[in-house]
Amino acid sequence: MTAIDPTAHLTDEQIEDLGRELDAIRDEVIASRGEKDAAYIRKVISVQRKLELTSRGILLFSLFPPAWLIGTAGLSVAKILENMEIGHNVLHGQWDWMRDPKIHSTTWEWDHVSPADQWKHSHNELHHTYTNVIGKDNDLGYGIMRVDEDQRWHPMHLGQPLWNFINACFFEYGIAAYDLELGKNLRTKKRRKDPEFRARARAVGRKIRRQVLKDYVVHPLLSGPSFLTTLAATFTANLVRNLWSHSVIMCGHFPEGVAVFERRSIKGETRGQWYLRQMMGSANISGSKVMHIMTGNLSHQIEHHLFPDLPSNRYAEVAVKVKALFEKYELEYVSGSLPKQVFSAWHKVFRLSLPNRKPKVKAPAREKELVAA
Amino acid sequence: MTSAALRSRAWKLLELVTTPLLPSDYLDLLSPLRAGADLRGRIEAVHQETDSAATIVIRPGKGWRGHVAGQYIRIGVDVDGVRLWRAYSVTSPTSRADGRITITVKAIPDGKVSHHLVHRVQPGTVVHLDQATGEFVLPAAKPAKVLYLTAGSGITPVMGMLRDGGLSDVVMVHSAPRAEDVIFRKDLHDLVADKALTLVERHTDTDGVLDLAELETLVPDWAERETWACGPTGLLDAAEEHWASRGIADRLHTERFRPSVVVAGDGGEVTFGKTGKTVEADGATPLLDVGEQAGVLMPSGCRMGICFGCVTPLKAGAVRDLRTGEITEAEDGVLVQTCVSAAAGPCELER
Ligand SMILES: Cc1cc2nc3c(=O)[nH]c(=O)nc-3n(C[C@H](O)[C@H](O)[C@H](O)COP(=O)(O)OP(=O)(O)OC[C@H]3O[C@@H](n4cnc5c(N)ncnc54)[C@H](O)[C@@H]3O)c2cc1C
Ligand code: FES
Repeated sequence: MTAIDPTAHLTDEQIEDLGRELDAIRDEVIASRGEKDAAYIRKVISVQRKLELTSRGILLFSLFPPAWLIGTAGLSVAKILENMEIGHNVLHGQWDWMRDPKIHSTTWEWDHVSPADQWKHSHNELHHTYTNVIGKDNDLGYGIMRVDEDQRWHPMHLGQPLWNFINACFFEYGIAAYDLELGKNLRTKKRRKDPEFRARARAVGRKIRRQVLKDYVVHPLLSGPSFLTTLAATFTANLVRNLWSHSVIMCGHFPEGVAVFERRSIKGETRGQWYLRQMMGSANISGSKVMHIMTGNLSHQIEHHLFPDLPSNRYAEVAVKVKALFEKYELEYVSGSLPKQVFSAWHKVFRLSLPNRKPKVKAPAREKELVAA
Repeated sequence: MTSAALRSRAWKLLELVTTPLLPSDYLDLLSPLRAGADLRGRIEAVHQETDSAATIVIRPGKGWRGHVAGQYIRIGVDVDGVRLWRAYSVTSPTSRADGRITITVKAIPDGKVSHHLVHRVQPGTVVHLDQATGEFVLPAAKPAKVLYLTAGSGITPVMGMLRDGGLSDVVMVHSAPRAEDVIFRKDLHDLVADKALTLVERHTDTDGVLDLAELETLVPDWAERETWACGPTGLLDAAEEHWASRGIADRLHTERFRPSVVVAGDGGEVTFGKTGKTVEADGATPLLDVGEQAGVLMPSGCRMGICFGCVTPLKAGAVRDLRTGEITEAEDGVLVQTCVSAAAGPCELER
């Protein structure tokens, strides 16, 4: 945690003004959503589907090394697009306004082991509402890591670089596990037996079965003599996708300079304070247009957290205005290149795996300030 | 195993290949009009009829089952990126050789879909369709004498009937502001020249609005005729009264393009349970519009209370029927027509 509260200079009134200015930015985008945006998402979906089909087609001959390479690369990109720019954003309801039942948060299912409805609950309702609130936001350390100096150190945390790496490799399973709140739900017999939990677990089981059957049985079988190489290719594509999305998501809330909050700090939060928490609790990744698309525009994490349901293709223009507000209100806009942010996030993971080095500086805890401010 | 069962098994296998998507999600990219796809159509041409009306030629998908003259279709078009559904009467004859269908749309002021279809839509656009439906059709046993009473864009379903022909004694009384506003004017006069139609053309800008009492002189045997009427609410309300007062209401068939809305009351907060959205609604806006504006997927049909394509379970609270003012309260199994119901206090719909 930043020892000095970076928002201490703002008065209550300023925070509410900031909220109103952000509302105005949001209203402007909503009023101008239209044909071009619809054409954008349809184009991305069409490109993704064609890329996936072509790559899988090429992989039918994956015994031939160039085919393996091209097919695996294409499938990795297709899977990344599917999860990031399409799935994540459709499930956020970013495209619900189009009223197209085929591109709607209530009907979409994605190439992921966590069923869409469970992910929507834990991600949209919990993570986005309780962004970076320790003990409430599962994305924060995924319940297995120490993410802030203020969290008590435990010898288990020594292993957190390794846990984090394993989680990165099998990220979609990690997500399914915390969408199910496995840690909590497996602890007691009563919870394990809870029919609601069991139904959800069965749904995840079914989803995993279908996903595994497709990637590791059906497509390899279709490849005939290329069975094993296609299996290796889909495994690799899933691995690449997992590592990529894990990196992007780590960059969103982990790099140095991003604040975390305590549970009590968000009680009775106003709209302005909520916005402020999203601003201070997120970090951006700078880069090219292609990079933004490949991250599902989560490279505009700050803008996404302020306006989770605005169409992702609009975050870039929103970012210009949001950045101006950060300057106006003298707040730090955390942003950096992908390598820099990935390094920063991993550095934190390593650093916090050890106990705090020197006794903590006693400074006014910023979350108290936020409430008082 | 039958071939249908085989096919459905093959399809199931294909689903294992495409999961979590469906095979159709990929096929739709390549061939949106193919057999087995959701019904769609491709706009092939737009012909201007008058300043504010145009005929849209649509090539329907393989699943199109045809229509009966006088019926309407629902069409879903993306206007400014938003899918909007409206009903339009089919104006092409049932026997059209090339299998195309046409609708004829009059752009109304501020009308989102009508304006788009008349003035903006480009040939090549794929639109979403529903099969033809509607009761405004000729009976199987063709009546000996027919009267068509129409005004404005209300001519459309009747044009479909006229083009199908097969009747021996047809009189039409049609109103429009001026001669140049008469949609299908040339087609009508061609029919007159062929002696297939007796036409009374009324230009209301110069001749004034038709008073139904004038029918006595314009069409002396009007009461003996099986009558189909379509036009603005005022004309249809008057016709229903006029025919009823003569005790021949059963000889009059009407088609309305909009519901006759009479009442509004206090609105309330509307919750869409499945989507998890809550919005404030006034007492005059149909819940269908409220839901659509909130981005909720609302089923719909005629949007005027006749087809029941919009019925939705009411889980809590109360709604008011905009046509009658009647209040419906939530109870197990209660369904409401969202297109003609508005919030009457807080309520929850299962959408
Ligand atoms: C069974 C059926 C058949 C139909 N057939 C045809 C047809 O063949 N040709 C045709 O042009 N239309 C037809 N309509 C009407 C059509 O479905 C639309 O209602 C009409 O095109 C207006 O839609 P919009 O999106 O342009 O207007 P909207 O944007 O929905 O409405 C704009 C404004 O116009 C008002 N309004 C809505 N509908 C009408 C209307 N019909 N007349 C006057 N004002 C209206 C609204 O209250 C609103 O204030 C039919 C309707 C039904 C129910
Ligand atoms: S849409 Fe037809 S009854 Fe409501």
